[in-house]
Amino acid sequence: MNIKHNIESDRLTFWEKIYIPEIAKGLASTFKTMFQPKFTRSYPEEKMVPSPSFRGRPVLVQEEEGGRCVACGLCSRVCPALAIEVQPAETDKEKERFPKVFEINMLRCIFCGFCEEVCPEEAIVMSQDYELVFTSQEDAILPKEKLLVPIKNLQDRLEWLRQYR
Amino acid sequence: MNEILWISLEALIKAIIILSLLLLSAAISVYLERKLSAWIQLRIGPNRVGPFGLLQPIVDVVKLIMKEDIVPNGANKFLHGLAPVISLAVAIMVWAVIPVADPIKIGDHIIQMGISPNADIGILFILAMTSVGVYGIALAGWSSNNKYSLLGGLRSSAQMISYELSMGLAILSIILISGSFSLSDIVNQQFSHWGGFRWNIFIQPLGFLIFLTTAFAETNRAPFDLPEAEQELVSGYNTEYSGMRFGMFFLAEYANMATSSAIITLLYLGGWTLPFAPSAIGLEQGTWILGLVQFVIFAIKIYLLVMFFIWVRWTVPRFRYDQLMRLGWKVLLPLALLNLILTSFGVLFINH
Repeated sequence: MNIKHNIESDRLTFWEKIYIPEIAKGLASTFKTMFQPKFTRSYPEEKMVPSPSFRGRPVLVQEEEGGRCVACGLCSRVCPALAIEVQPAETDKEKERFPKVFEINMLRCIFCGFCEEVCPEEAIVMSQDYELVFTSQEDAILPKEKLLVPIKNLQDRLEWLRQYR
Repeated sequence: MNEILWISLEALIKAIIILSLLLLSAAISVYLERKLSAWIQLRIGPNRVGPFGLLQPIVDVVKLIMKEDIVPNGANKFLHGLAPVISLAVAIMVWAVIPVADPIKIGDHIIQMGISPNADIGILFILAMTSVGVYGIALAGWSSNNKYSLLGGLRSSAQMISYELSMGLAILSIILISGSFSLSDIVNQQFSHWGGFRWNIFIQPLGFLIFLTTAFAETNRAPFDLPEAEQELVSGYNTEYSGMRFGMFFLAEYANMATSSAIITLLYLGGWTLPFAPSAIGLEQGTWILGLVQFVIFAIKIYLLVMFFIWVRWTVPRFRYDQLMRLGWKVLLPLALLNLILTSFGVLFINH
């Protein structure tokens, strides 16, 4: 087998070797592309709406009577990045335990969703919030007040969890 | 004595106008380049600064001016500073002989449109100036004390020298037809036959292709942008440049693009003329309105060509260095010679 006879320039036809018709084809292709709809999204004006399967910022579900969390500490145990800190406390209410401190360090969180998977009360879920900007390291540690989100904002995700988890 | 003063004042005013227009056009070219490249890649392009992002080039320039100007250790400081000046100066100087419209009459004064548009050596001056442009790039590459810069500079000098030959021969065919080195004469000669439609592109299609290709190579634009091939040479000859010195190279590139487009327009596309007499749309020879209209026509032709340059850049992949040299010496040069011989036979045949 002679490799010399399989070089690319031998396989080209005469018109391809002339090169100019090929350039014209390329120019026509890019010219058409110029008028096609653009792929870019003008971000701050039009935002992406993630699907329910999207794993955004982890949040705590808040019902009318308060948070669902019973401070079992499973999420904190399973978290591979050690981002969650839970300190339990007790009350006289029907639901005896509640988290005194519930903090998620968003600088450590890797959005794996293990906390959501492991939670027996469906109290911590991944929201669709992806705009996570902090101006200091302290700001990035979210306390309980910032984590609690009303249940009506999380219906999509809860529905999805019921179907696919 | 007084007359000389007035002539030099007139030249100075025209020079200032043309210089500012050229720099403005470089800014517009940058905007066009960014917008067109974005559209070709299905992006939107700059749209944040000003309406439709129109102020983007100004912001770019402000950024370049504010940036720190770094001269690398071991660089030849004098030449490192001189190189961008040469590049930019050469790009601007070519406009000394480029006419932008027919002369206009104000009172009994005849004002030439252009700094010195009737220069007998017009084309020769342009060829000389573009040759000097090699110095800017080669010196920038050498004085930076950086192997990538040096390679870029060497590549560009070899490339420019190779393609200048074919360019000269293509221009020579035009000169044979028009019988003049003066750019005004060449334009008028294209206008005065076939009802104003004997543009040289129709009688010199091969020459036009050769000239276009060499113009791409001379301006270091894709597909011949080997001197600044990012993947191989970081940024080529301007790797070690920052701040406004880099800005001058940048400006020179876009000014060169406008200059090349202007020369192509003058030589092959009938300059500022349209294929009918100006009196057909009620404009008299020598009025300032006609001068303005012709200038606008000229600018539109230049900008269409600039857009073509940009369009080609975002379409065609870069040549390899051996392919570039083979194209220059084995294809374009013989073709240009053939074109010259055919043209001279044609001219001889018609004249007798």
